[in-house]
Amino acid sequence: MLLTVEGLTKAYPGVLANDGVSFAVAPGEVHALLGENGAGKSTLVKMIYGLVKPDAGAMRLHGAPYEPAEPRAARAAGVAMVFQHFSLFEALSVAENVALGMENPPPMRALAGRIRAVSNAYGLPLDPNRTVGDLSAGERQRVEIIRCLLQDPKLLIMDEPTSVLTPQEVEILFHTLRKLAAEGTAILYISHKLEEIRALCDTATILRGGRVVASCAPRDKSARELAEMMVGAELKPVDRTGRRAGAMVLQVAGLDLAPLSPFGPALRGVGFDLRRGEVLGIGGVAGNGQEELLAALSGERPTAPGTVLLDGRDIAALGPNARRRLGVLAAPEERLGHAAAPDLSLTDNAILTGTVRKPLTRKGFIDKSAARSFAQSVISAFDVRTPGPDVAARALSGGNLQKFVIGREVLQDPVVLVVNQPTWGVDAAAAAAIRQALLDLAARGAAVIAISQDLDELLEISDRFAALNEGRLSAPRDTAQLTLEEIGLMLGGAHGMQEAAP
Amino acid sequence: MILGGIDIVVLIATLMAASTPVLLAATGELVAEKAGVLNLGVEGMMIMGAVGGFAAAVATGSPVLGFLGGALAGAAMALIFAFLTQVLLSNQVATGLALTLFGLGLSALIGKGFEGVRPPPTPKLPFGPLAEIPVAGRILFSHDWMVYASLALVAATWWFLRHSRAGLILRAVGENHDAAHALGYRVVAVRVTALAFGGALAGLGGAYLSLVRVPQWTEGMTAGAGWIALAIVVFASWRPERVLLGAYLFGGITAIQLQMQAAGYKIPVHLLTMAPYVVTIVALVLITALHRRGAQAAPAALGRSFHAST
Repeated sequence: MLLTVEGLTKAYPGVLANDGVSFAVAPGEVHALLGENGAGKSTLVKMIYGLVKPDAGAMRLHGAPYEPAEPRAARAAGVAMVFQHFSLFEALSVAENVALGMENPPPMRALAGRIRAVSNAYGLPLDPNRTVGDLSAGERQRVEIIRCLLQDPKLLIMDEPTSVLTPQEVEILFHTLRKLAAEGTAILYISHKLEEIRALCDTATILRGGRVVASCAPRDKSARELAEMMVGAELKPVDRTGRRAGAMVLQVAGLDLAPLSPFGPALRGVGFDLRRGEVLGIGGVAGNGQEELLAALSGERPTAPGTVLLDGRDIAALGPNARRRLGVLAAPEERLGHAAAPDLSLTDNAILTGTVRKPLTRKGFIDKSAARSFAQSVISAFDVRTPGPDVAARALSGGNLQKFVIGREVLQDPVVLVVNQPTWGVDAAAAAAIRQALLDLAARGAAVIAISQDLDELLEISDRFAALNEGRLSAPRDTAQLTLEEIGLMLGGAHGMQEAAP
Repeated sequence: MILGGIDIVVLIATLMAASTPVLLAATGELVAEKAGVLNLGVEGMMIMGAVGGFAAAVATGSPVLGFLGGALAGAAMALIFAFLTQVLLSNQVATGLALTLFGLGLSALIGKGFEGVRPPPTPKLPFGPLAEIPVAGRILFSHDWMVYASLALVAATWWFLRHSRAGLILRAVGENHDAAHALGYRVVAVRVTALAFGGALAGLGGAYLSLVRVPQWTEGMTAGAGWIALAIVVFASWRPERVLLGAYLFGGITAIQLQMQAAGYKIPVHLLTMAPYVVTIVALVLITALHRRGAQAAPAALGRSFHAST
């Protein structure tokens, strides 16, 4: 065995993140770690990578005791990690980023040569001199992977590596990982995407509530069985029935918008129509104009006259509150800081968007009891796990806060609801609940625009699908007739990146 | 070479000396900001360097020890700031402003006994026959050693940030402290070191004012030079070579307006005294406007507190 983990335990105030976790990884094995949010996967790999010290338990690497005091020690022992949130420096070049992840990097020019050589050998071509801020998500991930490969790792840890990749990019990544495994590198792979785990991994260890509840060969199980092992309960498939496309409600045409961030794209000529009772899915890799589109639809950024029509009325110049009054609501991607104010209580956060359509204020003064009961109704209707509506938004886990911000908008009876990445970083059970809520909303006659990177999710809930690529929106197509491969091509394939010939 | 009653050669020679305090302080602040810390206490560190350097030079009779004392006084101030913002996680803007007020007050108290005292002179470097070369000799070879040291420090800072491994780590910390921490770099240690370096350079700049430029101690003698240094760092888009340009521009206008006053131009003195500040800021704003990405060149983690959560 390459790595053996025995009885690892780690407690945080109030939570037992890992409770006696044991498993083993053999050389050349692709080993999946499965579990819902908060099951303890991240804590576990952080202990293996030396970022967190275990309270109890032991690890052995190549049979010898292994107690990394810091990531440096882990890297020296041959353990490398690709992070979920990229640990890259946008203003620095590819070569500089790689150098920062190495213990004794060669001089820059020699390093640039090695980056070219290794990246081509593994089919992940990269230009060492480019600034990371200008790279696509897939290319950024290559930087992380190359950084690990240059250290010749024995164990490669990958935390949610595919969440930002197009299907074609995922294929390229899997090809690289299989090649690495064939050369004897063990891979510890964390993902929510069960189909990917079935396609890639040899064995899986399933965590729930910080404990190992099962281990299995994922190829022998269905994605559904795996999900049920993670959740510990049966999952209901989403219910799409009871919806009818109604009258035209939202028309967008010729929508242009300047980028919101220095590395972001501009929206160019975006247009689509939306009917009541319909769910329009908008796919695309993050950073292709999703935030800009949400801002243009929610009213945060006014656009040219006539570009956004609601029931035939021009609303392009109206701000967010005026649009809320007309029933156009939005739930942005960034939960802390955009969708919710982190240090305000859930009640106060409910007032921030809810007061236009709900009577939460009287003569300009806040009606605390009405606001509190509105927040409470969101909490109970959407099963938000929190001690109560007076808790600060920051204190909620990502999934619970996501349920709250989506629920807050859904309970305001929108005419049009725009959501961006509604289930990003949310575990399977909570994600299913959010999707069902969006479908139920559409069944009641609202129109829903779901912007997401998760293609399976869009195929599951949307009636029509459009791809956002470099600020341009493709013509929407009926999802029923689309294959995953066609969608990948609509998303711009692998963004012009081809696998290099070996 | 005389133009409009102003000797151009003398002007350029004076410009280099007049720019040195701001150049030193701005270079120091550049390093601190590249590491992601916004220290608004430059003015306070400079004036503490001025009084500390002056006291050390008078007490020992050695200008070299004086400069050393100035650098230590500035670095000590910076370490107070570092302790408050990096260990106790206080707000950087408020702490920096407080540091300036603290430095101005404390230096006035310390300096009480030094008013009217003359410091030991800092000699010009003897270049021998080189200094006799017409024009170039007067411009290049007529200065004291701190002027050359300040230029060397700018070049060293440029090389350090651009080409050294430690400089790369420093930039990485200023760019994304969470990622740097995840890779195992010691964010707080890097920042404290950068701050101490910045403070030492601000102190050197202050000591140059009180030991060479003026040379004597007067209360509040930095007169806003620390704020100009801060502005130069921003408008120079955090690049050492542009800091040099900005500082020399500021020093140049200072030298010109002094000579214009001496040459008897009929421009109100207030406008002339104001000119260096106005012209420097206008010029640097123009530079930033011409470079579209200039304003976005700020280190991404600038001014954000770091607290290791894992």
